[in-house]
Amino acid sequence: MTEIVGLGEVASLRDELARRLAGGQRFAGLYGADHDGGVRLTALVAADGDVAELDADLPADAAAYPALTPSVPAAFWYEREIHDLFGVAPDGHPRLDPLVLPLLQADPVRPRPGAEKNPQRLDPDEHALPRHVMGPGVFTIPHGPVRSGVFESVEYLVETPGEDIPHLNIRVFYKHRGIEKRFEHMAPADGVLLAERVEGIASVAHALAYCHALERLAGCVPPWPAQLVRVLYAELERIANHLDAALKLADAAGLAVAVARFGWHKERVLRLVGRLAGNRFGRGVVVPGGVSRLPALGPAAALAELNGLQRNIDVDAALLMGTSSFLDRLRTTGPLPADRARAHGALGPVGKASGHACDARDDRPYDAYPTLGAAPRRRYDDGDALARLRVRWDEVRESFHLLRQVVDQLDDIHDPTVRAPVEVAGGRAVGWAEAPQGEVLYAVQVTDGRVARCKPRSASFHNLVLFHEVFVGDILTDFPFSEASFGLSIAGVAL
Amino acid sequence: MWVFRGLRNGVVTTRWPRRPDRYFTDWHGVATIRDHPSLPPGDIEGLAELCPTGAIHTAPGNGGPDDEQPGRRVGVDQGRCIGCGRCIQARPDLFAWSAGAGVAALARQALVVPAVAETDETLAELRDDLRTRVRALGRSVHVRHLDVGSDGSDEWEVLALLNPVYDVHRLGIFFTATPRHADILLVTGAGARGMAAPLRRTYQGMPDPKVVIAAGTDAVSGGLTAPSYAIAGGVGGLVPVDVWVPGSPPSPFSVLHAILLALGRLPGPPGRRRRTDKTGKTGKEPRP
Ligand code: SF4
Repeated sequence: MTEIVGLGEVASLRDELARRLAGGQRFAGLYGADHDGGVRLTALVAADGDVAELDADLPADAAAYPALTPSVPAAFWYEREIHDLFGVAPDGHPRLDPLVLPLLQADPVRPRPGAEKNPQRLDPDEHALPRHVMGPGVFTIPHGPVRSGVFESVEYLVETPGEDIPHLNIRVFYKHRGIEKRFEHMAPADGVLLAERVEGIASVAHALAYCHALERLAGCVPPWPAQLVRVLYAELERIANHLDAALKLADAAGLAVAVARFGWHKERVLRLVGRLAGNRFGRGVVVPGGVSRLPALGPAAALAELNGLQRNIDVDAALLMGTSSFLDRLRTTGPLPADRARAHGALGPVGKASGHACDARDDRPYDAYPTLGAAPRRRYDDGDALARLRVRWDEVRESFHLLRQVVDQLDDIHDPTVRAPVEVAGGRAVGWAEAPQGEVLYAVQVTDGRVARCKPRSASFHNLVLFHEVFVGDILTDFPFSEASFGLSIAGVAL
Repeated sequence: MWVFRGLRNGVVTTRWPRRPDRYFTDWHGVATIRDHPSLPPGDIEGLAELCPTGAIHTAPGNGGPDDEQPGRRVGVDQGRCIGCGRCIQARPDLFAWSAGAGVAALARQALVVPAVAETDETLAELRDDLRTRVRALGRSVHVRHLDVGSDGSDEWEVLALLNPVYDVHRLGIFFTATPRHADILLVTGAGARGMAAPLRRTYQGMPDPKVVIAAGTDAVSGGLTAPSYAIAGGVGGLVPVDVWVPGSPPSPFSVLHAILLALGRLPGPPGRRRRTDKTGKTGKEPRP
């Protein structure tokens, strides 16, 4: 069961957070939920073995509360998001600009996730956004929201205030979809379909994190074959994502042949997933209590395809990592210092490349992972785009290693049961999974057999804020490399 | 070294549409209805509830010529279908996968199966109008992609068109960064309200004639994210759409099919597509 601690006032929450973080636990998120017209603030704290929820309550008439960001800087974006969604202001927050939904401070209608009511329509109000800095020698270079290429929409504003270091302003609200409210009132079994569409390039990881939360509530353990199948799709998803990052880095460097090669490999991975699952993104497979079906391809055929793929990827990855002009472009680009990565709790490859190795598969193992043998990981602490790419290649190699074991074991399955019943009447729990982007958390509350509140916390949301900090050199030429090396999805940020 | 790699592994590129490609024909991404089920009234209960997006509708007879039987009808709006497969699993006697990646249509209404009779005429008109417009375009066309609230997977499938397997350059299709050079606006995503103004600006920045493709179930109807305070429930209410492609996400072949449909460049009689014959049959009934 998820540890849930009611702390009453925000000040107590702040103290308890400080105590736990000092004790080595990790701040993993902060979200709000409507609670009888007031707001329940919940901090997610990761420790070995569990993610705890620490609650504080704001009364119904509270317009503000003492900000947590001054003592927990990693809460910076979380408090801005809460401000957008609930209209309560964190007093003492260093830069309370709108993040996911710009509305004027006076606007009383907010989405208020967790509330029974759902607003009909809310239009982002550009007046709520801060004006661009203007003045002699000061200019702002907008980058987006309409990007030059096939990208998700997001706006990066580069403010260059005279001689100072340029400041990057990240605007993600353009593609806010109101996902959190959409989860509400759904039958738990339907919610997984929505979870698959929160951050579509990590559909499997999101479905897993969501289902893990429900399974913890129901006290349900998926049948062994289902646990294996889950790992199968999660690792294929990881390979596809890392190939995508490599492809985009090669593209930024103008290596057309490398782009074509990795594009081809990525297509083969998606086709393999499609042949196994009936969907190129592995959608529709993970369900509460297990999986919907066994892979449609026999172990021998799957293994042959995996081996061929790995051989091809290995050769091309080695070639890429031996292209010195390419390495020069990545080395020292977009550096994230190790102390910043640790302080923020940077996730996934971004954290691992800066010496902060947290991985939900190791820290809080789930499904078949505990029984699968993984080779010890190499440590990196350069923190640049190159280190991030090296982490990805290591992970790809590890994924193939895991996949071979999974396929091997699936060969021995005699009982074809892939789903255990999941009956959830009510309760709260946190589920997790390691997406290609890093740890995904789902804080789920079920009331009367329906989803009452569902907060997906993607690694993309947690990591993207670090993008502010990684520009030390030429912001414009480094930009595409830094962006590709982070490998995040805006869909998972703006929800 | 990279130059050398580029020549390895022979030809991976599809020859579709000139030659059939099994990956195109075997694709299934959206549900369809088997041959006009005329169900006894009791049997229709609960069918609509099977679908998480409300893509399945049930109604009393439509009063058309094929409705003499006192049955009730059931249909699928593929524009809302996210391909979860639940209906097919629960009632394989009624529902099946729509066969092939060619699922795009020239009218929103034409994504509803079985087709309503009026759709034929509308389609013919739309096809003629589109043909007049695209006549001015040369052999090479430029596509501007814009995300207006996708889940991120749609971009992967659009981008895949540039990989060596689909290699759309061979068909004279290029992606462009500037609206001023674009002939086709390829829109993905559920129609997030924050993107309404940038979408309008991009559309207005394109020269005439221009074609708009709503790529993916999200772009067609909002998919599973609809209804929501933050989206318009598809992009049809934000810009005039010419081609509608379902799929969650649409496969690369589905997107390519839509582009060629818009350009009237699919093989066979111009603009021919399944689902246009009077009986409402798809011509390619999925195998049972
Ligand atoms: S496949 Fe799923 S989304 Fe599509 S019609 Fe059937 S139940 Fe609805």
